[in-house]
Amino acid sequence: MATLVIAEHNNSQAQASTFNTIAAAKLLSGETTVLVAGHNCQSVAEQIAKADGVTKVLVADAEHYAHLLAEDVEKLVLTQADNFTHILAPASTFGKNFLPRVAALLDVQQISDITAVESDDTFQRPVYAGNAIATVKSNDSKKVITVRSTGFDAVAQEGGSAAIESIATAEQAGTANYVGEELTVSERPELTSARVIVSGGRGMGSGENFAMLEELADKLGAAVGASRAAVDAGFVPNDYQVGQTGKIVAPELYIAVGISGAIQHLAGMKDSKVIVAINKDEEAPIFQVADYGLVADLFKVIPELNEAL
Amino acid sequence: MKILVAIKRVIDANVKVRVKGDNTGVETANVKMSMNPFCEIAVEEAVRLKEQGVASEIVAVSIGNQQCQETLRTALALGADRAILVKTDDDVEPLGVAKVLKSIVEKEEPQMVLLGKQSIDGDNNQTGQMLGALLGWGQGTFASKVEVADGKTQVTREIDGGLQTVELSLPAIVTTDLRLNEPRFASLPNIMKAKRKPLDEMAIADLGVDVAPRIETLKVENPPARKEGVKVESVAELVNKLKNEAKVI
Repeated sequence: MATLVIAEHNNSQAQASTFNTIAAAKLLSGETTVLVAGHNCQSVAEQIAKADGVTKVLVADAEHYAHLLAEDVEKLVLTQADNFTHILAPASTFGKNFLPRVAALLDVQQISDITAVESDDTFQRPVYAGNAIATVKSNDSKKVITVRSTGFDAVAQEGGSAAIESIATAEQAGTANYVGEELTVSERPELTSARVIVSGGRGMGSGENFAMLEELADKLGAAVGASRAAVDAGFVPNDYQVGQTGKIVAPELYIAVGISGAIQHLAGMKDSKVIVAINKDEEAPIFQVADYGLVADLFKVIPELNEAL
Repeated sequence: MKILVAIKRVIDANVKVRVKGDNTGVETANVKMSMNPFCEIAVEEAVRLKEQGVASEIVAVSIGNQQCQETLRTALALGADRAILVKTDDDVEPLGVAKVLKSIVEKEEPQMVLLGKQSIDGDNNQTGQMLGALLGWGQGTFASKVEVADGKTQVTREIDGGLQTVELSLPAIVTTDLRLNEPRFASLPNIMKAKRKPLDEMAIADLGVDVAPRIETLKVENPPARKEGVKVESVAELVNKLKNEAKVI
C-alpha cells in the first residue's frame, strides 16, 4: 500500500485543501507521498515536507506546469502511478479537472468527493446534493479518489521532515494552452478554509448592498459567500458561490443573509457547526437547518448587528 | 462542424430525494424525471453555436433505459438534429459512460463534445474529463463562455479562485457550468417537429465496450440530521446566543 497525493498550490504556497487531502491519506494504511507539479514551486515542496504524515515530496518543475492544466498534470501523474495503490487529490476545481483523466487512463472508476475513509477500499461520499450518503467499495486494483476538504481536519503543518526529490517531467500534451485568469483578490480568508462565513442571497437586492455583509465579515474575520441566485443576478463573482456545484464549506459559524435555502445551497453549507439565518420570510427553508433564526428585514438588522459587534 | 451532446436523465432537480427504507438507494418509483440541468445547458450551448453558424449538426446521445427517449425528444425539441439512445437497464458508471461515448465519437467524428459538468444524482463530475483522456483531446471544464474560431475554441472556466481561460485545439471536450447560458423552453411547434426527427437506438452490448461496474454501493443513508434550532427575537438576543451559548464569536 502506498498513497500519492497531488498538491494544490499557486507555485508559492500550498492551498489548505492539500492538508485536508493529506489527512484523508493518513487514514489509509500506506505511506503518503505528495506530488508538487508546478513552476518555480520549491517553496511549496518545502512547506509540504513539514506537514504531519508526509513521507516524501516529489517535485516536477517545468514551465508547462505553471498553470496545472489537466492535460499536462494527467501525463505527469501517469508516470508515477505504478508506484502507488491510492491516488488522491482535493475535490476542488483543480482536482476535479485532472483526476478523472488519470483514472480513465488507468482504467479505474474514480470515487469523487469522499467525506470518510472506512478502509483502504471503502469510503463514504454524499450523493444527490448531500441528501443521501453512500458507502461505496471500490473493486479496482488501484483507487483514484477526490477528497472533500470539509470531511477531514487538516494535518498540522509543522513537525514533519519529509525528503524532497525531483522527478522527471512529462512531455507537454499540446492540446490545451493557458490564456489567462481573472482571480478575485481579497484580504479576507478563503471561503473553503474560513472559520466564519457571511453569505448573501437574492434578498440582498444588489451588489452594492453586499458592502453591509463585507463590514460584518470584517468584524468577524469572516469570508464572504453567496447563493447561486446572488451570483446569477450578478451581485458578486462566481467564486463566491456556496452550494452543490459551487464551494462546499463547513465553517464554525455560517451566517446566511437573505438566502431562502434551496436544496442546492443547503448542500454546500449544512455541515457548518453553527448556522444563523436572517430572512424576512419565516417560511424560508433555510430556517430548517439554522441553529438560530431571525425573522427580520436584513436591511434593518444587519446594520444593527454591525453596530452590536 | 458537428457537435455531439451527451445528456442524462435524472431525478428532477426540484424533487426532494428520499432514501429507501432498506438503505439500498433512493426512491425512484413515481418520481419526476428530467434532463440533468447541466446537460440542458450543454444542449442550449450547442444550439447557440448552430445559430451562430459555427455548428452544422447537433447529435444528442443518451445512455439508459427506454424512457431516456423522452429526454432525447426534449433535446430534439430544443434544437438537436438527431439523437442516439444507447439502451441499457443497468446503471452505468462514469468510466463506462465515457467508453460508450468514445465509441460513438469514433463513429460520428464530431469536432466538439459538450457535456454537463456533473449530473445532479451521482454528483461525480467525471465523464467529460474521462472522455477527453480516452480520446486524447483537450478539455474546457466548468465552462462559462465558449468561443470557436480558426479550428480552436477558447473556453472560460469557473474555477475556485475566479475565472480561467484556456485555448483548445479542436476536436475538444467542453463541460458546462451554470452560467454558460440560460436554456430556452421548447416551443409547442418544436416539440411536434421533434417527434419526426431521427432517433436511433442501439443496445449497449452491441458496442463491445466494458461497462461492468467497479464500485459496489454497500448502503445509502440519510445524512445526519441537524438538531432543531431556535428563533431569536432580536439582534441583541442573537449576539448573546452566539457569544455565550454557541461560543463562536
